[in-house]
Amino acid sequence: MNISIHPLGDQALLIDFGESINEETNQQVRQAAAKLDEQKPKWMIEYIPAFSTLTILYNPFYIAKQIQISPKEILPYEWARTEVLTLLSQSSSYYSEERTIEIPVCYGGEWGPDLSFVASHNSMSEEEVIDTHMKGNYLVYMIGFAPGFPYIGGMDKKIAAPRRDDPRLSIPSGSVGIAGEQTGVYPIETPGGWQLIGRTPLKLFEPDKDEPSLLQAGDRIRFTRIDKAEYDQLKEGGQ
Amino acid sequence: MISVLKSGLMTTIQDTGRYGYQKDGVIVSGAMDPLAHRIANLLLGNSADAATMEITLMGPVLEFQEDAFIAICGGNLTPMIDGDSVSMWKPLYIKKGSELRFGQPKKGFRTYLSIAGGFQVRKVMGSSSTYLRANMGGFDGRTLEKGDQLRFGHLDSQPQHLKEQLKTVDKALSFKEASWFVGPEFTNYTKNDQPIRVMPGREFDLFTEQSKEDFFNGPFQIDSKSDRMGYRLNGTALNLENKKDIVSEAVTFGTIQVPPDGNPILLLADHQTTGGYPKIGQVASIDLPRIAQMRPGESVSFSPITHEEAQRLLLEKEKNLKQLQRGIETKLR
Repeated sequence: MNISIHPLGDQALLIDFGESINEETNQQVRQAAAKLDEQKPKWMIEYIPAFSTLTILYNPFYIAKQIQISPKEILPYEWARTEVLTLLSQSSSYYSEERTIEIPVCYGGEWGPDLSFVASHNSMSEEEVIDTHMKGNYLVYMIGFAPGFPYIGGMDKKIAAPRRDDPRLSIPSGSVGIAGEQTGVYPIETPGGWQLIGRTPLKLFEPDKDEPSLLQAGDRIRFTRIDKAEYDQLKEGGQ
Repeated sequence: MISVLKSGLMTTIQDTGRYGYQKDGVIVSGAMDPLAHRIANLLLGNSADAATMEITLMGPVLEFQEDAFIAICGGNLTPMIDGDSVSMWKPLYIKKGSELRFGQPKKGFRTYLSIAGGFQVRKVMGSSSTYLRANMGGFDGRTLEKGDQLRFGHLDSQPQHLKEQLKTVDKALSFKEASWFVGPEFTNYTKNDQPIRVMPGREFDLFTEQSKEDFFNGPFQIDSKSDRMGYRLNGTALNLENKKDIVSEAVTFGTIQVPPDGNPILLLADHQTTGGYPKIGQVASIDLPRIAQMRPGESVSFSPITHEEAQRLLLEKEKNLKQLQRGIETKLR
């Protein structure tokens, strides 16, 4: 494993598993996160997994207390770094059961106002765009940008589309969009420049739940198609 | 209960932040000036993470519906009770029916009003902090508005000594101040006369030699479009040696990132959890309170500090704050 550890300021460190975005590297990030979940080190405040890095916020004051017991004069960062290296070198019983989350989408119409643009941009019919979007093998690499917002890999480049020149001031929550070679779902209402192709009635972010984000890094996603009536029904059922 | 008679420019409820959910994309929020927030709580015997009111530049008008112990720490926004000016950085006792308001801002950008027992709002994901963009936490997920009624808690162990001392208020007066206050070694950071200390960011070496120099030569002006999420800085544009796509990774309070237009953004309490712009630097934690007290339009310059030195100074500062805490506890007993 070719990893390196760097300080991120004076209260966090970053573990770098490699520069590129691929499933193997991302899997290493999640394995390391699983070890931290297992051991819950007291000096850790929280961790933030990304595509190819895992950042740990640590408590330098807690660590400073620990160091006082040991005779060596080392900084909390160095101490935490050694702890992390030890942790990473341990073999893990971690086995992730892959979750597949189904996301029902009502494609096109008033909720997918940019579907026709994505279709004409790629010289396809709207139906072909929908089919291609549903057939993708999607992996959630990380959650970031906004609460519950998934960075999803695996979209077919055939339906890639540039961001809008004039970003919308408000994109409703549940909107499913395309930006470049990425597809995504908006968990909360926010401004944005993505091309919107549909909307899901699912709530991706619920602050009062124990697990506020529906999706977690490492989840597989399957988009399924629903019509307006099913959308309304699911939306009501969810509320 | 406290009634809000006027809202002020941007008044929110904050605590030390919402940790543990960044992996779900939930930002930390919390007090922009963590030092002022903490001392304001210490002065009343509150826990350090009790919720305070963050007041920005133009303060609110508040009417106290019951007697209370309060403290005001941070920028000097000219606090007044029933027309009389009030000292900062010390506990005070305020009588029922009194009105706290703020005048012309003198120094700094934000001030923190703490109250014995802390402001009581429904905690969301373990924190009372307001996250405005997601309309979450704090007081109904928003800034305070005229007509809001704020509740506050009651301390299990009231600062008895202080209480006896302070409660002998002359009938003609609305409030009484403690005779002691926090020393200038803790409070004089609000004047902007020293560069902000910055350690190199992960992509520092990807910038041109010229840009690395320009960054530390400064100064940069804080753009008016700045908010709790970050300060946009205008100055000499900073450029990468070679264009490079950065894979999104975590950023923190104090990260300085540079988008393609070359104007740095200094991330603050409401920063996104991750970012994909090259990071030229990271503000030393000890200087975050100073940054938080700077106003849009003001100039900021940076000086280099090593990561080791930044951490050492942080530990030293913490020792001093612990000492201050013990000192205050003796006064309150």
